[in-house]
Amino acid sequence: MQKYVQTDLTKIKLLTSHIFPQLLLILVMLIMVILLSVTSPFFLTWDNLRNIFDHSSLYIILALGMTFVISSGGIDLSVGAVAALSGVCMAAAMQGGLEAGLSILGGLIVGGLMGAANGSIISFLKINPFIVTLGVMSLSRGLALIITGGIPIYGFPRDFTWWGNGHIGPFNPPMLLAAFLTVLAAVVLNMSRFGYYTLALGGNEEALRRSGVSIHLYKIIVYILSGVAAALGGLVVTARLNTAEPLAGWMLEMDSIAAVVLGGTSMKGGKGSVAGTVTACLLLGMLRNGLVILSIPSYYQQLVIGIIILAAVIIAEVRSGKNLAFINK
Amino acid sequence: MSKCCTLGKNPFIRLRNIKKSFGHVVALDGVDLDVYPGEVTALVGDNGAGKSTLIKIISGVLYPDEGEISLNGKTYRHLTPPVAIELGISTVYQDLALVDCRDVASNIFLGREPLKARFFVDKKRMNRESEELLRKLKVSIPSVTTPVEFLSGGQRQGIAVARSINQQGKMIIFDEPTAAMGVGESARVLKLIRSLGDEGFAVLIISHNLHHVFSISDRICVLRNGRLVKDFRTENTNPDQVVGFITGSNQRTEEFRKGSTKA
Ligand SMILES: Nc1ncnc2c1ncn2[C@@H]1O[C@H](COP(=O)(O)OP(=O)(O)OP(=O)(O)O)[C@@H](O)[C@H]1O
Ligand SMILES: [Mg+2]
Repeated sequence: MQKYVQTDLTKIKLLTSHIFPQLLLILVMLIMVILLSVTSPFFLTWDNLRNIFDHSSLYIILALGMTFVISSGGIDLSVGAVAALSGVCMAAAMQGGLEAGLSILGGLIVGGLMGAANGSIISFLKINPFIVTLGVMSLSRGLALIITGGIPIYGFPRDFTWWGNGHIGPFNPPMLLAAFLTVLAAVVLNMSRFGYYTLALGGNEEALRRSGVSIHLYKIIVYILSGVAAALGGLVVTARLNTAEPLAGWMLEMDSIAAVVLGGTSMKGGKGSVAGTVTACLLLGMLRNGLVILSIPSYYQQLVIGIIILAAVIIAEVRSGKNLAFINK
Repeated sequence: MSKCCTLGKNPFIRLRNIKKSFGHVVALDGVDLDVYPGEVTALVGDNGAGKSTLIKIISGVLYPDEGEISLNGKTYRHLTPPVAIELGISTVYQDLALVDCRDVASNIFLGREPLKARFFVDKKRMNRESEELLRKLKVSIPSVTTPVEFLSGGQRQGIAVARSINQQGKMIIFDEPTAAMGVGESARVLKLIRSLGDEGFAVLIISHNLHHVFSISDRICVLRNGRLVKDFRTENTNPDQVVGFITGSNQRTEEFRKGSTKA
């Protein structure tokens, strides 16, 4: 008898902890779509939806990397600055006469190196990821300013700007890149050994270590992924604006972290949802778009988005607290 | 030096003069220990005697400050978790070392996930083999896809045991395997540990429950204040005598006896 009761309880707990946040997010999104399409006939047009996807693609690319980092129990505050640094490096390389493809590759390598620096310091020296990535953020921003002398670099070959505003059927490269990376991230996080270890790192690093797995290696790879994702973000921003700005990607780390947390990935690590992250990015994109359509001034937009993120985090925290109290009994 | 008569076999692992301190605390102060295949060796001692520290050194989680570890004809200054597992040493830790938010099968296969197409974790196979293993160990759980955070203490223990058996070691170490269990569950786990010994594994078990220790062990080693003070064959001793060595009330008589044999 007791066993069945327990099984039922387990199922309920599972349902509430895993599926509920996702459903809530989709519900909020549906309500927003309905409200916005009622208030503005323009909202549900293909052009506007395309707009939303287009704007969200940059956030999605960075937030996917951040999903791995947060799932592994870490945080990466350097992504915005690394995006800017990578973009600047690509631009400087092209200015120096390198062709677009090689310049892009170089920029991605720079992103990966910054990630490797984050991961190595965090893992080998056991220093808090907040502090380490804050340092790398400042360092990257500084390098970007030094390389450009503080002056944006602009005017790139068509091969490069295509990555920002080319056309592939009804879509553009950033959208397709975001879609491709979404599928890749979902497969890797949920189905590969690396994904298993990312989640185990966040859940119980010591257990993974005692199982004979090299936690240094996997931690470093997680941060390299985040660095490369940031560099891809840098590619999109730079190509889209046809300008490499040393101050590009300002506060992008906050947007990424917000989307990841809003999407149901636990800040404590061990649980990560790629689908949740992407849904949250689209939700935030839709919200920004809606606020523009409703011609709400941009200062208020910042405020509204801040309130929504706080509400989401508080709901998530209260819920996980409840679950814990439940188990301790 | 070992005072214990063992069946003429070679030990699976041989520890010599192991010392380990944490700051001012001397956890191990020159321990010698041999563990033989086909035997259940019980390590007993009061809280803080150094039992967990000793098995962490054997499993490579901690490095000794001094001493040697020999196995497979080789001598090591220290082991690391991958090396220990490679050499066939699996451990069920006192804190279980489970990843709470991951499911049962992922925990049982942690660190040795089977792959298909060289990339994808073979989840189906993991689930199937986990179910089989748990059935064999008679551990009942709702499903192998349940996160372990939702399971009871005994079920979690069962999963930690299943994982160490799944690592297919030659030596299995248990740190207080029955601490979180009820009577029925403990009896099952004890039977399982005894059968591992009979199947030829070198088993090392830590327990505070002398009743359990006497019911399954071939040998009893007593640690006190970081020293291995006595090494008994289980059939040649009794609980009172073992308690005497755990608490130290036998120390005088033992020293006296040693002195008299030397003279
Ligand atoms: N990581 C550590 N840092 C500092 N001191 C430690 C650490 N681990 C163990 N100790 C100390 O070393 C001594 C031996 O501890 P150990 O855990 O090995 O004892 P034990 O025999 O397993 O005890 P118990 O029966 O309570 O599990 C204790 O005094 C303990 O406080
Ligand atoms: Mg202990």
